[in-house]
Amino acid sequence: MECQECHKRPASLHFSQTVNGNKTEVYVCEVCAKEKGYMTYPEEGYSLHDLLSDLFNFDAAQIGSHNKTFQQTTELQCPECKMNFSSFKRTGKFGCAQCYHTFSKHIDPIFRRVHSGNTKHSGKIPKRKGGNLHTKKQIEQHKQEIQQLIENEAFEEAAIVRDKIKELERQIHHSEEVDDS
Amino acid sequence: MTLEHFMKQAISPWMQEGGPDNDIVLSSRIRLARNCADTPFPIIAGENSLEKICHIFQQSYEHQTFQNYEDFEFILINDLTPIERWVLVEKHLISPHLAKKVQNAAALISKNEQVSVMINEEDHIRIQLYFPGLQLAKALKKAFDLDDWIEEKVDYAFDETKGYLTSCPTNVGTGMRASVMMHLPALTVTKQLNRMIPAINQLGHVVRGIYGEGSEAQGNIFQISNQITLGKSEEDIVEDLQSVVQQLIEYERKARNRIIEQSNKSLEDRIYRSYGILEYSRIIESKEAATCLSNVRLGIDLGLIKNVSRNILNQLMVLTQPGFLQHYAKKALTANERDVLRASLIRERLQLEKK
Ligand SMILES: [Zn+2]
Ligand SMILES: [Zn+2]
Repeated sequence: MECQECHKRPASLHFSQTVNGNKTEVYVCEVCAKEKGYMTYPEEGYSLHDLLSDLFNFDAAQIGSHNKTFQQTTELQCPECKMNFSSFKRTGKFGCAQCYHTFSKHIDPIFRRVHSGNTKHSGKIPKRKGGNLHTKKQIEQHKQEIQQLIENEAFEEAAIVRDKIKELERQIHHSEEVDDS
Repeated sequence: MTLEHFMKQAISPWMQEGGPDNDIVLSSRIRLARNCADTPFPIIAGENSLEKICHIFQQSYEHQTFQNYEDFEFILINDLTPIERWVLVEKHLISPHLAKKVQNAAALISKNEQVSVMINEEDHIRIQLYFPGLQLAKALKKAFDLDDWIEEKVDYAFDETKGYLTSCPTNVGTGMRASVMMHLPALTVTKQLNRMIPAINQLGHVVRGIYGEGSEAQGNIFQISNQITLGKSEEDIVEDLQSVVQQLIEYERKARNRIIEQSNKSLEDRIYRSYGILEYSRIIESKEAATCLSNVRLGIDLGLIKNVSRNILNQLMVLTQPGFLQHYAKKALTANERDVLRASLIRERLQLEKK
């Protein structure tokens, strides 16, 4: 297989990347991998601590330039575990599940950096606690299926899947009514 | 304690079985980080609430059997001597972080030592599962089963958008770290691995040495693991890691073949010299021991050294760590004393092969 970038040298490296659910396959030679930035050479390995402190400095600098009074405003504190934002910044660790909500406005840039641009979970759902999430995930999968079927002009099959979605949505609706009562 | 009995302790029962690509991949591991809802994470929680979590595990899981994981032992870290803790760390059954905890830290370990659940480490619950050789997908399936089994008794901290909530932002989402332990002597000696590491990092995977400090990997043993835990499903993460590992296996095999073709007698010489050092030395430091063990294992894999079992590398790497040596001696040892004992244990271990 030839390199996708230069189309001259043989591809010796294979990358598959998933960013926000889209999977791309890249086959390149070593020269292009370096030049096009598939390979970046970090100075001294991977240090989470450095990464986090960089992120927070960046974050603070940004906020500082937009809002000079930021430092004076009352500091965010988690109502559940009493951890405040500055100690989260110092330790890089959350104090409890509630912290995720308390600091929610400030943490997505961190997740994006640490997890290659991702901010949303798309993996396992707790078996017992997951409740309607399992059904919602099924609906998502069926919607993608329909998209595919319509592209292939398989309209009859698409209609069957659409009915399945309706049934699942009815189930969710029903269980939420039960919850409310 | 007889040497044979001691040797058996160094190798967990699950390690004795071979696995796919066992000439290069020593083991596969899946770790899931979980927390209890409505209890602050261990870094901040009061001892009372941590004690409650320990209690739940002792009550519900001590001496239980789940599938082929029999008779879970519940161990309070505080009940162990420092050397016993050290030994569990060297066997990778608990983390150094857990071993240092004084109160309300515990581990739940299956009899075959394939499963270990750390309680009140950085997160309330860390489920670890090992398989010999390259078996990530199988390990993931089993880890999910164990996860569901534990969820029967524990309400997990889970969020619809952020997934499983963890103390550290690097674990949130799946809470999963999949990793593979590999013996890569040919890629190391040809310096190819160093050139590949940036590309592997770029794919969202981390490469690090298992033994030794800093960038140096003693015994040419490396761990490859996923870095990203958010935004990808566990299956996709494992599949991506698997493809990186398979590529490394292929490169390592090619590099081994090339070395054999090009080195004339020099590779054979190095392998047999290492064998000689292990068989006859009277003082050996851990670094030299690791290098020699790696060479001998390569000699076994290449068919040059016969009648020595393959798992001698894994076994002696664990056995000659400071904690194990002192566990064997039943007392604290100075560095010099350890070097003498290490040499003597290795000699005796090789003698056992000749019986
Ligand atoms: Zn190219
Ligand atoms: Zn909190």
